[in-house]
Amino acid sequence: MAIRERMSGNEAIATAMKQIHPDVFAAFPITPSTEIPQYFSSYVANGEVDSGLVLVESEHSAMSVCIGSQSAGARTMTATSSCGLALMWEMLYVAASNRLPITMALVNRALSGPININADHSDSMGARDSGWLQIYSENNQEAYDNFIQAVRIAEHPEVQLPAMVCQDGFITSHAIENIELIETEKVRAFVGDYEPAASLLNAAEPIAIGPYDTVNYYMEHKRQQAEAVKNATVVLLQVAVEFEKMTGRKYGLFESYQLEDAEAAIVIINSAAGTAKATIDAMRAAGKKVGLLKIRVFRPFPMNEIRQALENVGAIAVMDRSEGFSAAGGPVFAEVRSALYASEKRPHLINYIYGLGGRDVTTGHFEEIFETLLKIEEDKQSGEVYRYLGVRE
Amino acid sequence: MSYSFKEAMNKPERLTGGHRMCAGCGAPIAVRGVLRALKEEDEVVIANATGCLEVSTFMYPYTAWKDSFIHNAFENAGATLSGVEAAYNVLRKKGKVKENYKFIAFGGDGGTYDIGFQSLSGAMERGHDMVYVCYDNGAYMNTGIQRSSATPRYAETSTTPLGTASQGKQQFRKDLSQVMVAHDIPYVAQTTFLSNFKDLHEKSEKAIYTKGPAFLNVLAPCPRGWRYATEDLMEICKLAVETCYWPLFEVVHGEWKLTYKPKSKLPIEDFLRPQGRFKHLFAKGNEHLIAEIQADIDRKWVELLKRCDI
Repeated sequence: MAIRERMSGNEAIATAMKQIHPDVFAAFPITPSTEIPQYFSSYVANGEVDSGLVLVESEHSAMSVCIGSQSAGARTMTATSSCGLALMWEMLYVAASNRLPITMALVNRALSGPININADHSDSMGARDSGWLQIYSENNQEAYDNFIQAVRIAEHPEVQLPAMVCQDGFITSHAIENIELIETEKVRAFVGDYEPAASLLNAAEPIAIGPYDTVNYYMEHKRQQAEAVKNATVVLLQVAVEFEKMTGRKYGLFESYQLEDAEAAIVIINSAAGTAKATIDAMRAAGKKVGLLKIRVFRPFPMNEIRQALENVGAIAVMDRSEGFSAAGGPVFAEVRSALYASEKRPHLINYIYGLGGRDVTTGHFEEIFETLLKIEEDKQSGEVYRYLGVRE
Repeated sequence: MSYSFKEAMNKPERLTGGHRMCAGCGAPIAVRGVLRALKEEDEVVIANATGCLEVSTFMYPYTAWKDSFIHNAFENAGATLSGVEAAYNVLRKKGKVKENYKFIAFGGDGGTYDIGFQSLSGAMERGHDMVYVCYDNGAYMNTGIQRSSATPRYAETSTTPLGTASQGKQQFRKDLSQVMVAHDIPYVAQTTFLSNFKDLHEKSEKAIYTKGPAFLNVLAPCPRGWRYATEDLMEICKLAVETCYWPLFEVVHGEWKLTYKPKSKLPIEDFLRPQGRFKHLFAKGNEHLIAEIQADIDRKWVELLKRCDI
């Protein structure tokens, strides 16, 4: 039977890691993900796991250790946030191009500067083109469920790519909520053993990793890598089906909430989706046709599926919890709008930059957004496309 | 076991021929010298920082390495090999790996003294059972001979060019071996290529077969950067030692030991003269620059003798 518990998002992730029982865990502390290595260290100290624990001197080294360890055939995990992810940047690309299925718990936090420790998505959005799979989580339950699934997805022979499971700093990482845990033996059976096709420690077949790749080969290697990311879409859905069989909890590439007949909708990632859903419930009760699409998988980007889900909506606001500094809107907006370009219907689309550096976003804000969208739908005029929410001008 | 030159040289090479390093380069000599100290039955995983050695020995789809090898980036050979060693400890305990493995990292002075220093320091402090070998050629040779913190004072490099306002590099070199000794690791040694390679072989053997982290600093001249005739490599190394520019010592669990004392210390000019990068020092009126270098070497030599209780 499932285990009913109460815990924070960080503890949920650490619990998933404990249950999966990786061979190696390497990390460097950074707020708000610090609790994850703390919890994991206590599991090691108490003998609950016998994983190799490598407590390094920087996040750059954390990712470097992960690359070495996973290359040696060990299932390897890490956790970080914000500047920690930024310091790993160079190595993120190497991990992905070496096709190493490392799993990372990313607790989203604003990037410096100025320094700010609260939730926004500038860290993971900056890493969106690194070749890592990115799976986002609204709450502790989703963070836990996603992390367990991520191991399977990343290690799949048709994928073999690293994956980061993201949740919002403090909002979900530190808030204690109810959660349904899976029995450890079921988690272990679900993830199975890690059996890499090749490893540094296979004496029968030594390998060399990380070549100098010339003009003759580099492009083919990138093509193969891109193919693996595409394969991940199918694998994500297969793993979700198996996960649902085990838990009854259903996951897709994104979640549609009251979207079927919506005249106005928002597209959002992570914890603020919960706030938006509360607004939708209230507005639906008042007869307003509003809905939401919450992106779970940002890499690979479900371009066609998102187009199909959104093309019948009249007006859409894409919510970006990071500034892309393109002077033309945030990164989620750019990709969603691109997805809708292929549609004959081309809904009205606006973009809100919101919640930067942990700025609160409330049901009142979402109500204001939906009213704006309903007006756009009525007037057939988008007005200003690139907007800010809750900012003092 | 006493060292036999013939026996060592007859061992199968673990870095094969056909790599693309320059004639007269010290790096592959350092690598082979270190790897010859491995027992033939022992497996090894080699990590390599980005640099000449990496790009010239592992160009896709060819590799010159017979053992498992990982290149990750410029600045993280220490951390990368830490990860491999951590994985080995777990997988060996689980019975997934049966063989006896050793772990050896190679980095140039750029990847070791400079950009890779933090990663190296962390790996040594954490106590991983590995050997980090720096092949020190005293500049960033792979990118075209730019200065590093291992470049000696007054050397001409492409970022410390000679000019009306400059006589080459302004600073003396960092004494990394001493910094590594300060990590209080079981074994640190400084060596280079001399006569029958006994010094390099014995120090490599101790480094590999001492449990815990070990650091070897191997002077490995670069004919392009130092501008000497390729066939003079061994002579240059000998002069580095005989002038006390590159003293040979080892530090075993904190105990300093001088492993070679020149019968009569040669003047530094003897080391500088055959190298094009120091040519300007021999121009008339620059005698005081050589005197400065000599004074620095003399001071450091006296300090080293004191540490070694001589």
